[in-house]
Parts: sequence; C-alpha cells; structure tokens
Amino acid sequence: MLLIAAIAILVTMALALARALLGPSVYDRVLAVNMFGTKTVLLIAVMAFAMGRTDFLDLALAYALINFIGVLAVLWFSHQHHLRNQSHSGTESGDEHSGDRQP
Amino acid sequence: MNGAVEIVSGALVVLGSLFVLAGGIGALRMPDFYTRIHGASLTDSLGPVLVLGGLMLQAGLSLVTIKLAAVLLFLMVTSPTASYALANAALLAGLRPAEMDATTRAGVINQEEDSA
Repeated sequence: MLLIAAIAILVTMALALARALLGPSVYDRVLAVNMFGTKTVLLIAVMAFAMGRTDFLDLALAYALINFIGVLAVLWFSHQHHLRNQSHSGTESGDEHSGDRQP
Repeated sequence: MNGAVEIVSGALVVLGSLFVLAGGIGALRMPDFYTRIHGASLTDSLGPVLVLGGLMLQAGLSLVTIKLAAVLLFLMVTSPTASYALANAALLAGLRPAEMDATTRAGVINQEEDSA
C-alpha cells in the first residue's frame, strides 16, 4: 500500500519536473516547483512509515516551511523585477502593493 | 479491529496518492496556466488530507500523530495561500487566460484599472 503511494507520488514529481522544464512562463515553473515541494513532503511522510523511521516527519515539517517561504521569495523577486522593468520603460503604473484587490 | 484499521488506512493513502497523481497529470497536460493552477491547487488540498489522514490512522495515538497533524495543518494553510499568491502575481504581471470571451475580458481589465 505504502509502496504504491510512494510510486504514484514519485511519478507525480516527475510530471511536475517535466512541467517545470517545459513551462512557457515563469509562473508555470514556480507552480511546478511548489507542487514538487508539496509532493516531497508527502513522499517523506510516506517513506517514513514505509521504512519505520518516523523521525523523518520532522524533516517533512521543515521542508514544508522552506517550500512555502521559497515560493513567496521567488514571487517577490519576480514582482520586483517586473516593477523595475516597467519603470525602466517609463510606463510605471504605481501599484507597490498588489496584495488586496477589493472591488 | 486492527486489520480493519490497516485496510482503511491503506485505502486512504492509495486514494490520496491517486488524487496527487491526477493533479500531476493535470499540471502537465492542461492547456493554460490558470487551468494548470486549478488542477494542481485543488488536488494539493485533497491529496495531503487523504494521505496524511491514512498515515495518522496507521500511527495510532502518539507523538507521530501530532507531527502528522502539524504537517497537515501547515500544508492546509500554505498551499492555498501559495496558489493564490501565484495566480495573483501572474494576473498582475499581465498573463491572460487563454480563451476568454469579450465580456469577461472587459470585466477583468476594468477591475485591474480600478485597483491600479
């Protein structure tokens, strides 16, 4: 049972890597890397039970934290890059914080 | 009793891994970024619940269950947040959904001009 789950998660990680390599835009790649990280957490948890070493769950928790922070950091970097390019080309729209878009 | 719990736990783990696999196929095969993030983020919500829930049943009541619950809680908070931030960043950077009819497109552009 755990072996089937581990193989399915590994196949999913391979598919996510393929999307990260193929992805036409940056956001496709970030999506694929985020997916890869989540699946790594699941794989660590499943393998911890399959190998009978449940200490690995601490690693899974740390990996989940790093994954989330990493995705937000890449998005922040991409946003800054976008703003810098816009201000270079002279069409700055002036939205510094793009978080809340209430209608 | 013990055998039934084992069976239910294994079924949950396998079902969750099938959801995860469906999400991976969706993220690879969908035609457009927003449809890809749809498939990936929805299965990112349900897959971990089933897989980690099944493992929790297998672990019984111990510290391991608490660790699994912590991982699950953290994934439940961060995965939709990351998907939302990603879609928001893509929309603000000017990435448009591939096939959108004219009225929806006008609505999105108006909303964007209001917030800018």
